Amino acid sequence: MLHTFVALVEDKPGVLTRVASLFRRLNINIVSLTVGHSEKPGVSRMTIVCEASPTSSHRIAASLYKLENVLQVDDISQLSHVARELALIKVAATPKTRSQVFELAEVFRARIVDLAPESLMIEITGVESKIEGLIQVLNENGDRILEISRTGRMVMRRGQHTSRVLEAMRVPGLETPEELRAEEGSDSDVLMAEETGF
Amino acid sequence: MSTGKKSTSHATRASAASTPARLTGSEILWATLEGEGVDVVFGYPGGAILPAYDALKKFPIRHVLVRHEQGASHAADGYARASGKVGVAVATSGPGATNLVTGIATAMLDSVPMVCITGQVSSKVLGTDAFQEVDITGITLPVTKHNYVVTRADDVAKTIREAFLVAKSGRPGPVLVDITKDAQQGQAEFDFAAAAPKPHRPHPMLKTESASILQAAELIRSAKKPVILAGHGILQSGAGAQVRTLAERMRIPVASTLLGLGAFPASHPLSLGMMGMHGEAWVNHAIQQADLLIACGMRFDDRVTGTLATYAPNAKKIHIEVDPAEINKNVKVDVALIGDLKEALEALLPHLAPREKAESPWVKEIEASKGECAVRDIKNLPDSGHLYAAHVIHDLWRATEGKAIVVTDVGQHQMWEAQYYKHEAPRTLITSGGLGTMGFALPAAIGAKIACPDKEVWVIAGDGGFQMTAAELSTAAQEELDLNIAVVNNGYLGMVRQWQEFFYEKNYQSSPLRSPDFVKLADAHGIAGRTVKQRSDVLPAVNAARGHKGPFLINFLVEKEDSVYPMIPAGSALHEMIRRPNTPLVETATDK
Repeated sequence: MLHTFVALVEDKPGVLTRVASLFRRLNINIVSLTVGHSEKPGVSRMTIVCEASPTSSHRIAASLYKLENVLQVDDISQLSHVARELALIKVAATPKTRSQVFELAEVFRARIVDLAPESLMIEITGVESKIEGLIQVLNENGDRILEISRTGRMVMRRGQHTSRVLEAMRVPGLETPEELRAEEGSDSDVLMAEETGF
Repeated sequence: MSTGKKSTSHATRASAASTPARLTGSEILWATLEGEGVDVVFGYPGGAILPAYDALKKFPIRHVLVRHEQGASHAADGYARASGKVGVAVATSGPGATNLVTGIATAMLDSVPMVCITGQVSSKVLGTDAFQEVDITGITLPVTKHNYVVTRADDVAKTIREAFLVAKSGRPGPVLVDITKDAQQGQAEFDFAAAAPKPHRPHPMLKTESASILQAAELIRSAKKPVILAGHGILQSGAGAQVRTLAERMRIPVASTLLGLGAFPASHPLSLGMMGMHGEAWVNHAIQQADLLIACGMRFDDRVTGTLATYAPNAKKIHIEVDPAEINKNVKVDVALIGDLKEALEALLPHLAPREKAESPWVKEIEASKGECAVRDIKNLPDSGHLYAAHVIHDLWRATEGKAIVVTDVGQHQMWEAQYYKHEAPRTLITSGGLGTMGFALPAAIGAKIACPDKEVWVIAGDGGFQMTAAELSTAAQEELDLNIAVVNNGYLGMVRQWQEFFYEKNYQSSPLRSPDFVKLADAHGIAGRTVKQRSDVLPAVNAARGHKGPFLINFLVEKEDSVYPMIPAGSALHEMIRRPNTPLVETATDK
């Protein structure tokens, strides 16, 4: 099955290698991996999507935590979350054939971000299936796709959960994770059930 | 900053405690090590680490010059295992660093705390394939707990201090610090206290919840046939007393992993001995029959479980373990207490009232199952004039009263040692378990002897493994170590030959080996020695070695085609073992 992990890691040279190398070592293929800044200076946020057996998520999370540069790991596959991906799609189109691509883009709420005599570029944001859908329709329409660049999935949990939870957890004796979970809002019961099983 | 040797030395020692001072990166390196309590390092100098070596004389740290960097990492490992402290190895860049790798991987697989310091080319030429440049942090990434590159003198102290913290904390392991030449030569303010690392982040998935503890206690109370599986974690956590209390209070027999030997006294009536591939039949039978396994600081290695499909099919399993990634990795468990073993047991024990009956039918049942095996045991055979490795180990155990630190290599002799040398105390068996590194024994014993100069230390190695690192004889001689070396010499790579006999139709491809005369080799190093060919000569030779000041080597010419029994073929179930034959011994016809 597909697992989605969010990992907050130190923003230092070599950290990406360590994370990627862990998946290599576990013989797990990474489907997509996005990295960027988080809300905290010096901390990067990774969204890792990988194909692995349903029982492997505990071991993946536990192994990620063994990396000294990993600050927080969240396995959100089963949790309520928002997932988005951004894609840039370059399509061959002449001034004559442009308009039908424009129409398609509008239906998919995509934007045209570049226009050249022989091609145009579409920017689309959404869940993977929406992007797949646009690509499929373009293909079926006979529009020639010249290039696709996709960011891979990035995700965020719904509700009041914040990644600062980890910060509190890291200071011993301040607050226990249980207390923090109780503050997490409406879906906290679900979260707790998910998180307490190892 | 440096006025004279003596005064600088004193000034530095003071600075290690408190006063900030301006020092070179090299001086900061040693001062930080000194501050961390290091008094000995094992190493080999070379270009990129020379600035550090140049500064060493100002510090009260002993440097043991090995003959190959692999020896340095094994010696640091042996030092750590014998003392419980962090071992330190030092090497130069390039080949010096790569030669450390086998020793680092050995420490990683057996969770041994170690800090390796390597020199690196100057930061200005990093990545240009400069002379003796190698990406050692890249190479060691999967075999270290963590590693660092230091390119500025300012970062030396805090990085080294953090490395020590990482090596020791949680599940211990090796850490490598790669220091560029310009970082060693540059200057920086040194303030040992200010360089203290942040407290180590405990693994966030540790949890020994009270509900789990109650659940574990209930399982233990209701178990009829429980077995404790004693692993290396007992030594690492210092939980020997707690495990013993648990065993005695609830009358639970204790089976050990190879690295767990010594964690529970072998002479204790509840001690079963080693489990797994070469464990005695009754130990593995007990595990297969058990209704509860209490795994203490062990990781259900494949050499311990045999095939997982049929492993302990009737048993509930409690796993007490400090590394959350080990939970349910190989064996699915019913209750997991994820945390420090000693603390977990201390939380668990108050929930367990002593068993009322002193006699346990389960212990009796196991005892009864021993009977036949014991008679077939090789050490009970009359002296036929032939010398068996089991005799050698048995007599060595008797002569040393089980009190020596024994450092083994890897192979048949290692398993015979585990079977016939009865360890009573923690940290008295030092052996490469997880990685199974041949050549480990001699250099690791050098480290162990330096860690415990007052203890009797024996190397037991086969003729194959001994030759892998025999150059370290020279180190033992130079350091004038009181080290006793037993080479169990059967003219084969014995364990390879045994597998070829059992599983490859006696196709002894590349396993026979001709060795030098080990006594002459010792003599060339100024090391005393003798050759033993028959059993009656074993004890006198052992005693001669024990009475001798300085290193002593005994070359035991043992039966050539002897095998280790019982044996569970790889991938078979624990109860499908190859038993010791009734007339067990292959006696080679050739006159010795």
